Amino acid sequence: MGSSGALSFEHPTGETLLIHLSGLWKLSAELPAVTDAQKQIAANPSIRKLAFDARDITDWDSSLLTFLTKLIAESERRGIETDRAGLPEGVSRLLALAAAVPERKDTGRAGGRPSVLARLGGAALATANEAGDMLAFFGEAFVAFLKLLTGRARYRRSDFLLVLQEVGAQALPIVTLISFLVGVILAYVGALQLRQFGAQAYVADLVGIAMTREMGAMMAAIIMAGRTGAAFAAQLGTMQVNEEIDALTTLGISSMEFLVLPRMVALALMMPLLCVYADLLGILGGALVGTSMLHLGGAEYYVRTSAAVGLDDFAAGLIKASVFGVLVAVAGCLRGMQCGRSSAAVGAATTAAVVTGIVLIIVSDALMTVIFAQVGL
Amino acid sequence: MTAEARIEVCQLTMAYGDRVIQHDLSFTVNRGDIFVIMGGSGCGKSTLLRHMIGLNEPARGDVLYDGQSFWAAEPAEREKMMRRFGVLYQSGALWSSMTLAENVALSLGEYTNLSTVQIDELVSLKLSLVGLAGFEEFYPSEISGGMRKRAGLARAMALDPDILFFDEPSAGLDPISSDLLDELILELRTSLGATVVIVTHELASIFAIANNSVFLDAETKTMIARGDPKELLEHPPEPKVREFLTRGQSKKELKHG
Repeated sequence: MGSSGALSFEHPTGETLLIHLSGLWKLSAELPAVTDAQKQIAANPSIRKLAFDARDITDWDSSLLTFLTKLIAESERRGIETDRAGLPEGVSRLLALAAAVPERKDTGRAGGRPSVLARLGGAALATANEAGDMLAFFGEAFVAFLKLLTGRARYRRSDFLLVLQEVGAQALPIVTLISFLVGVILAYVGALQLRQFGAQAYVADLVGIAMTREMGAMMAAIIMAGRTGAAFAAQLGTMQVNEEIDALTTLGISSMEFLVLPRMVALALMMPLLCVYADLLGILGGALVGTSMLHLGGAEYYVRTSAAVGLDDFAAGLIKASVFGVLVAVAGCLRGMQCGRSSAAVGAATTAAVVTGIVLIIVSDALMTVIFAQVGL
Repeated sequence: MTAEARIEVCQLTMAYGDRVIQHDLSFTVNRGDIFVIMGGSGCGKSTLLRHMIGLNEPARGDVLYDGQSFWAAEPAEREKMMRRFGVLYQSGALWSSMTLAENVALSLGEYTNLSTVQIDELVSLKLSLVGLAGFEEFYPSEISGGMRKRAGLARAMALDPDILFFDEPSAGLDPISSDLLDELILELRTSLGATVVIVTHELASIFAIANNSVFLDAETKTMIARGDPKELLEHPPEPKVREFLTRGQSKKELKHG
C-alpha cells in the first residue's frame, strides 16, 4: 500500500465478482491495470454482477474514474450489471455525470484514419480546389483593377497612402542591409574564383549584372514576402476573425476593392523602386569588396560596371520586380481572406502567405528567366 | 395595429456542406417587431442571422423582404436591399484601422452625396445617440467592450436602416450595460420605427423587449415554437421551450418535487 493502489477479487456467490479496491488511487501513484480485472471477468463466464468494496481506498482522483469507466463499459458490453453501492459517493456521482449525456455519434466526424488512397484523393482534391481559388482570386483582383482604371473602385485614399508608406519607405532599412550584404557576398565569392585567372576586374561585371538582372529584384521580393506579405495576411485574417470583413460585405462594399486593391497596387508600384534601390546598394557592396580587397580603383570599378550593365539588364530586373510585387500581394491577401475564424487560423494564414509568396517568386522567376533568354532580353 | 409582414423566411434550410444546421424554417417578422431568434448554444441562431443578411447562401428556401425575394434577386438588387439593413455584430466588428468617426462615416461617404461637414455632423449625432459623444477620434482598441458594441450600433444606424439585426448584443456585457443596451434598442425601435431582429439567449432581454420570436432546436434541427415569448412562457408548445424560458426550473422542480 502506501503510494500505490491495489486490487483483489472475491466471489461471495458464484454469479458475483466483488472487486476490492484499496490504497492510493492517484495519477501519480502506481496503479493496477484494467486488464487484470478484465481477465478475472473473462476467466469466469458465470459472472453476472460486479460489486465493489472501496472502504480501504485512502485517496482517489480521476485515475480511479478512468479505471472504473473502462471496467464498467467492458462489463456492460458483456451484459454484466454493476452495483456501484460500494464506491465512494463522489465517484459514483461523477460516473453518473459522465454517463448522463451519451457520446454524440452524429457530429459529422468520421472516426478512424482514412486509407492511403482516400488521403491521396483528398489531398488531390484540396490542391485542385486551392488552384481554383487562387485563379478566382486573380480574376476578381483583375476585375477590381479594371474598376480602378475606370475610376469606379471604392477604396479610401488614406488607406492606400498608408500602405504605400508601409511597403515603401518603411522597408528601406532592411532592404539596404540585405542587398548591400548580398553585393558583398557576390563580389567575395566571385573574387576568389576570378583571382585565379588574374581577372579580378571582372568582379564589377559579375556583381553589376547579377544584381540588376536577378538578385536585386529577388532579394527585395523575398524581403517583402516575409515582411509585407505576412503583414497583409495577418491584417486581413484578423479582420476576418473580428467579422470586420462581414461588416464590409453587409454594407455592400467589396472587400476586394476596399482592402485587397490598395495593397496590391501599392506593392506593385513600390517593388520596382525598391528593386532599383537594392541594385544600387548591391553594386555599392561589390565596390567595397573590389576597392578594399582587390585594390581596384573606385573610378575603375564604376567604369567597368557601367560598361557591363546595359539598360536591358535593368529592364529585366524591373519587369521581374513588378511581377513579384503583384504575386507577393496576391499571396498575402489571398491567405488573409481565406483565413478561418480563430487565432490559430491567423498564424496559419501568415505562414501560408510567406510560403506561397516565396514559391510564386521562385517559380515565376525561373519562367521569366527562360522567356527573357528566348526573346533575347 | 394590423400586422404587416416585413420579413418572411420560407422553408429555409441551412447547411455547411453535407451537415444540415437547421431545416424548413418558416416564420414572419412584422413591421415594427422586436423579433428574437432564440435557442440553446450551437443550434444555429447566428447562422440563421447570417442567412438573413446575405452572408451565407441557403441550401434551400428563401428570405423575402416586403414580399421581394432576397436570394433569387440579382446581386446588384440584393446589394440595394442590404443597404437598408443595419447589422451589429457579436464583437462589434468595428474596422480597427479607422477611428469611430471614420467607422460611422464610411457608409455615409459611399452611399450619400453629403458634404464632409454634413457627414461629420451626422456622425456626431449617431455617436451621441449611443452615448459616445466626444469619442469620435478614438480607435476601437482604445475603448471598452461595451463602448465598442455601442459604437457598432452607431455604425449600424448610419444610413437610417429600417431593419436592424443584432447578433447577441448583450454577450460579454455586465447586467447594467446590457440593460442599458436593451433600453437603447427599444428607444430606437420606437423613435425610428425600425424592425429589429435579435439573436440572443439572454432571458432578461427576451422578456424585456421582444414581442415575437422563433425558437430553434438543436436536436430536431428545426424550429419548435414561434410567437410572443411571454405567451410562449404561459403556453409552451413543448417542454424544451418551457425549460429554456424558465432556465430549466421546470426540470429541477420535477426532479426535486
